[in-house]
Amino acid sequence: MAWLIHASGIKVEMSMQAPSVKFVSQRRRMWNTFLRNRVAVLGLWLVIAVVLLAIGAPWIAAKDPLIQDPKNRLSAPGIEYLLGQDTFGRDIFARLLYAAHISLVVGLCSVLLGGTLGVTLGLIAGYSGGKIENLIMRLVDVLMAFPSLLLGITVLAVLGSGIEKMILAIGIMLSPAFARVVHGNTLSLKEREFVEAARCIGARQVRILRIHILPNILGDILVLGSLWTASAIRIEANLSFIGLGISPPTPTWGNMIREGSVHLLNAPWLSVFPGLAILVTVLAFNLLGDGLRDVFDPRLQL
Amino acid sequence: MARYIIQRLLSSIPVFLAVLTIIFLVVRVLPGDPATAALGDYASKSAVEALRTKMGLDKPLPIQYLDFMLALARGDLGKSMIRGTPIINEVLQVLPYTLELTFAGILIGVLLGIPLGVYAAVKRNQLADYVGRIISLAGLSVPAFYLGILLMLLFAIALQWLPAVGGGEIGDPVDNLTHLVLPALTLGLVMTASVARLARSAMLNVLSQDYVRTARGKGLAETAVILGHALRSALIPIVSLIGIWAISLIGDSVTTEVIFARPGLGKMMVGAILQRDYTALQSIMVIYTGFVVIINLSADLIYGVVDPRIRH
Repeated sequence: MAWLIHASGIKVEMSMQAPSVKFVSQRRRMWNTFLRNRVAVLGLWLVIAVVLLAIGAPWIAAKDPLIQDPKNRLSAPGIEYLLGQDTFGRDIFARLLYAAHISLVVGLCSVLLGGTLGVTLGLIAGYSGGKIENLIMRLVDVLMAFPSLLLGITVLAVLGSGIEKMILAIGIMLSPAFARVVHGNTLSLKEREFVEAARCIGARQVRILRIHILPNILGDILVLGSLWTASAIRIEANLSFIGLGISPPTPTWGNMIREGSVHLLNAPWLSVFPGLAILVTVLAFNLLGDGLRDVFDPRLQL
Repeated sequence: MARYIIQRLLSSIPVFLAVLTIIFLVVRVLPGDPATAALGDYASKSAVEALRTKMGLDKPLPIQYLDFMLALARGDLGKSMIRGTPIINEVLQVLPYTLELTFAGILIGVLLGIPLGVYAAVKRNQLADYVGRIISLAGLSVPAFYLGILLMLLFAIALQWLPAVGGGEIGDPVDNLTHLVLPALTLGLVMTASVARLARSAMLNVLSQDYVRTARGKGLAETAVILGHALRSALIPIVSLIGIWAISLIGDSVTTEVIFARPGLGKMMVGAILQRDYTALQSIMVIYTGFVVIINLSADLIYGVVDPRIRH
């Protein structure tokens, strides 16, 4: 049976009998598109699982992530030590869970910061045009022409260590990419009739941006946010692997691999498990982002 | 073509200067004083002041900026704060290692990524395509240094085919190459994931176009259609992004050099950070900037070759 889905969300049955009309809301339709994409749903479940594990770390982990047990250092994974013990005899499973907490906080907060900064700059540049646009977008070009990891390394090397500094560094690294996408979208939206109408009845610039333009690009921002949360978590792992940002004994996946890389020959599990955790978490956000992209804007190329 | 090259060369100068300025500002304007950081929190005030004078940090910012730029113009990268030796010597020693690693990585990424992407597009929605897409997404999600560890565990420790650490002797090609394989493969495979993903979607885009159907319709062999007609225009979007991938590969080369204990700019940079050698850090960033500008430039030039419309 053929269906015709009208732009207003009305689903019309195309048949010889009298058409029966069924209303499907826009939101419902998007949700259905998302649910049909099994891989994206898997990504969503994985993200939920990682979030629950991170929040539940104190209850799920039987051991304390900082307590050392030197007698049983480098114990292999098994029934007694689920994922083994590290150089100082600390429980790797417990450290993994607590590190998940840090990775998620850094990932989400830096995207929130970078997103807010980048979206604001992109909106201003796109809507105001002229010199301001030129200045902002040239700065964005310069920042994007440079390896963000190197810039992050330099910023953190000077700022010193701390979770809030890590968030600041990664947030700044991500903001130009948000600005570029939002700028492009704003440019095309501001020429549309409904924005012109708002201008004609005398709406202020801030109001136009907030009420008329921002809601129209929210979908793209959500897609980028989820894909870049994946990037942010990977960048955090890179930085803490180098020894920047969050200092030991606080566990992060990156610094666990850094400590474990010395023992690749005799105790590879020290590095293998945290790496697996990074891989699964980043993959989960990437799958989710890919699925969201299919829902909001299938043409969005990244 | 000559005019195009000169135009591109000129337009990369402002970007180069802008990034140099950002590097200059990051070290000086961010809260946290390089001199205090270098000496530690418990250093006496007079020691910090002495170091600040030695580094030129006590001068007004515009003067410092002028000094910095003039020194660079003379090719002077300054002296290491820790060892007191000219930084350029050390850079020249490790530069060949980073160059060969970057180049080999990009080569692997392109030579592996494009055929894989094309193959996946041709086998759309078949098993090979699904497997390829999952592996490609995993490649986008794995940090380079972790892939390096996995390759090392497999090929150097379990199978013992290749050396795990070090850079090998530059003068000894065999020794040098065997040390290059695993790090280059690490960077190359990460890049392959992005290249293959885009190559697939670019090919799919082209394969559905009318002129490809015409080519098939007039009875051309499928290989000729795909390689002769479709791939040529699919290459344009791929080439336009090679520069961006190469630049992110440079970022990843830092951790890759560290994990393989390979001499190179990245390892030198991490060493400078851990020793809090800010003059060295600043100089290494300048070298990297040069690197990036050259990559952007060559990417633009290749783009001009692949897509003749760009030149005019």
